[in-house]
Amino acid sequence: MNAPVAAIDWPDQLYATLKRADVRQVGYVPDAGHARLIDRVRADPDIHDVVLSTEEEGIALAAGAWLGGQRAMLLMQSSGVGNCVNMLSLARTCRFPLLMMITMRGEWEEFNPWQQPMGSIVEPVMKLNEAEIYRATKPEDVEGLAERAVQHVFGDERIAALILSQQLIGKKVWTK
Amino acid sequence: MTAQPTHGLDRRAAMAALLVDRGDDLVAIPGLGSTCWDLAAAGDNDRNFYLWGAMGGAAMVGLGLALAQPGRRVLVVTGDGEMLMGMGSLATIGNKKPANLAVVVFDNGHYGETGMQPSHTHQGGVDLVAVAKGCGIGTALDVRDEAGLAGLVERVKTLGGEGPLFARLAISAAEAPRVLPERDGVVLKNRFRVAIGLKA
Repeated sequence: MNAPVAAIDWPDQLYATLKRADVRQVGYVPDAGHARLIDRVRADPDIHDVVLSTEEEGIALAAGAWLGGQRAMLLMQSSGVGNCVNMLSLARTCRFPLLMMITMRGEWEEFNPWQQPMGSIVEPVMKLNEAEIYRATKPEDVEGLAERAVQHVFGDERIAALILSQQLIGKKVWTK
Repeated sequence: MTAQPTHGLDRRAAMAALLVDRGDDLVAIPGLGSTCWDLAAAGDNDRNFYLWGAMGGAAMVGLGLALAQPGRRVLVVTGDGEMLMGMGSLATIGNKKPANLAVVVFDNGHYGETGMQPSHTHQGGVDLVAVAKGCGIGTALDVRDEAGLAGLVERVKTLGGEGPLFARLAISAAEAPRVLPERDGVVLKNRFRVAIGLKA
């Protein structure tokens, strides 16, 4: 990964953003691009970290959280977007606030061609599901876009997808 | 249509038993379809959040609610088809272990809303109690008669402290008349929140 010299620590900025927004439940199917944020969330006793068996569970989790007075957020990889489609009707029908942070695969220096089909349709799928799209490509843009997504979701009980470009995340590094 | 087996508990009587003297601290989430009509038939309540869709999501709505409201008892009552679609959520719940969540499956072995096609649990097929146990849900009950139902009702009344509760009820496949609750999702959401003391 070609990190800039004074790299902006955007996963820590995302953590700070969700803390400012008083997000109390974070559902996720792990992704390497979200690894640091997941670590921060799991270490936080004030946040319920909920590892999901499939991403659509998170849509229902967030609905239940809101019914109970807590704000929730979902972390997923681009491939997980496809797993959510029918369950998103819960958020759309009832106007549950729904904030998704999606790490992209299949769009930039991807070594695995199986990631491309779903990765290439994340934005249209999200738009069809009435999500406002915020795409971050540069580290310096992440925090501002995340703040706007938070405002859109919780200010007006809407759906937003913060899309974290593969260019931002960098090539997948095989550590094991 | 195949013959409908009528052995097993009556679904409306079972729902009524689970909700008798429910108390203000109990909130209820049905799965879509028959359990939704069963919950409405037991008497409308602002602390019910009726799912008319989101198949496979009932238990997870219950989990999010149980985590957000640890002082309340969260009762999810869903059907075998709905639970089968969201079976992974039992793994998620078994992992998280909220003490105040009960997931009760009305198991008639059929997809009742679509013409009574047999489900995976039909005639001794998939054992949802074994699935729940295998997912780490410590208390997983197989309820087959009135005595078992009475025991479950008591456990739901004292829910909390011992981790999540799962129960599979053997329900008669006889169909009950539809009782349709409010279906506007925004209305259901807002009235639920107000009923538990939140801003709409």
